[in-house]
Amino acid sequence: MNLTLKVWRQKNPSDKGGFKTYKVNDISEHMSFLEMMDVLNEQLAVAGEEPVHFDHDCREGICGSCSMYINGRAHGPQKLTATCQLHMRHFNDGETITIEPWRARAFPVVKDLVVDRSAFDRIIQSGGYVSVNTGGVPDANEIPVPKQIADEAFSSAECISCGACVAACKNASAMLFVSAKVSQLALLPQGKVERKSRVERMVAQMDIEGFGSCTNTGACTAECPKGISQENIARINREYYNAKFTSDNV
Amino acid sequence: MSWITQTFSSTIGRKLLVAASGLFLIIFLIGHVSGNFLLFKDDGGQAFNEYTQFMTTNQLVQVVRWLTYISILTHIIVTIILTIHNKKARPVGYAEAHPSANSTWSSRNMGLLGTLIAVFLVIHLGNFWYKMKVGEVPLVTYESEGTLRDLYSVVLFSFSNLWYVILYVVMMIFLALHLAHGFRSAFQTLGWRHKKYTPIIEKVGLAFAIIVPLLFAIMPVYIYIITR
Repeated sequence: MNLTLKVWRQKNPSDKGGFKTYKVNDISEHMSFLEMMDVLNEQLAVAGEEPVHFDHDCREGICGSCSMYINGRAHGPQKLTATCQLHMRHFNDGETITIEPWRARAFPVVKDLVVDRSAFDRIIQSGGYVSVNTGGVPDANEIPVPKQIADEAFSSAECISCGACVAACKNASAMLFVSAKVSQLALLPQGKVERKSRVERMVAQMDIEGFGSCTNTGACTAECPKGISQENIARINREYYNAKFTSDNV
Repeated sequence: MSWITQTFSSTIGRKLLVAASGLFLIIFLIGHVSGNFLLFKDDGGQAFNEYTQFMTTNQLVQVVRWLTYISILTHIIVTIILTIHNKKARPVGYAEAHPSANSTWSSRNMGLLGTLIAVFLVIHLGNFWYKMKVGEVPLVTYESEGTLRDLYSVVLFSFSNLWYVILYVVMMIFLALHLAHGFRSAFQTLGWRHKKYTPIIEKVGLAFAIIVPLLFAIMPVYIYIITR
């Protein structure tokens, strides 16, 4: 298939940036979106032009590196799919595809389609861990965790921190990401020890980074490649009120 | 006490204020719509005027009245602060975006709907509440109840104007859209989400968003028809 690509090009964080239009021909419908971008970049390299910079790593939909706003949707039109797992068969021959970086104050553009998502890392550093010494591997069933709770924690832990929730949200809110991280730990025995101070610190960091607030539109879950549920946002709200009103942190 | 200011200056703490004040205003709407049902009583407005008298003199109602003022102001001020914060969170927008693919129109336009409702509130309060306050309301004497302020006649006069009726009906559509998202969203913000109750809350919320504004909209239309 032959495609026209409208790609955001920006030299550096201070550059104003703008769209450039490219044509790519003979794209196989079995290619992933990133492979199609590779074809474009080879074409640009041969022509002596600067290739389009974009984040990618595992290309298996689990690392959360790829981040493209394709045709007005985070990770493109396909539900529950990261850009790397999005195949070209979901596009039509002759189509014009608009490709933009994530847009948020907390995710400044580094170059072209690459954005700096270290705001997420700083939120994790503020409390997204268990600091108790857990020792060696415990015997099976030594710490009983009901199957239902384990499943819930696991579904929250599926978050790959790609930032699609922020990109899709009209307020550039990071609530789905932060709530998934808070939930996965708050649900399990090891994480419960620090649950109050964790949610207080992570929410404080989220606000410092300049993400917007949640208005419950549900856009984040709809665009999340892992389908992280709104359940998590309700839970972080509960966790936060509980921590703020009952913790010893004055 | 810094934890209190800390809590309510966080995004989640502010959302708590919006949700709590919103839910209170939802309860207020139930009271408002049921009381106003007396407009339909065919007694020349006596029951409605007696109800008005009760609402302006009963001590408990005065407490609720102040809670309502506080809720309206909290709801407006905090949402303005949050909206400014949210706009700043995305200084550069997308060239192409299809938000309707992932969310409802009303959920994305609560600020717009809220502003329209606030404008309506100014007109609405100016028309009835303010007139009651400054005493621009005529008096009427009933044999059984004595002399009361005749708010009913003010209502009749206002809604004999077709433009007024149209304004009220259109505004109730905006209120319906605001409630369609606001009702269920308030529960989500308060963290009240449960497999058993959330589907019920969503259905009740939708029913509420349709029925209450519809009942409100019927009132000016009914008055307009009987004053013709």
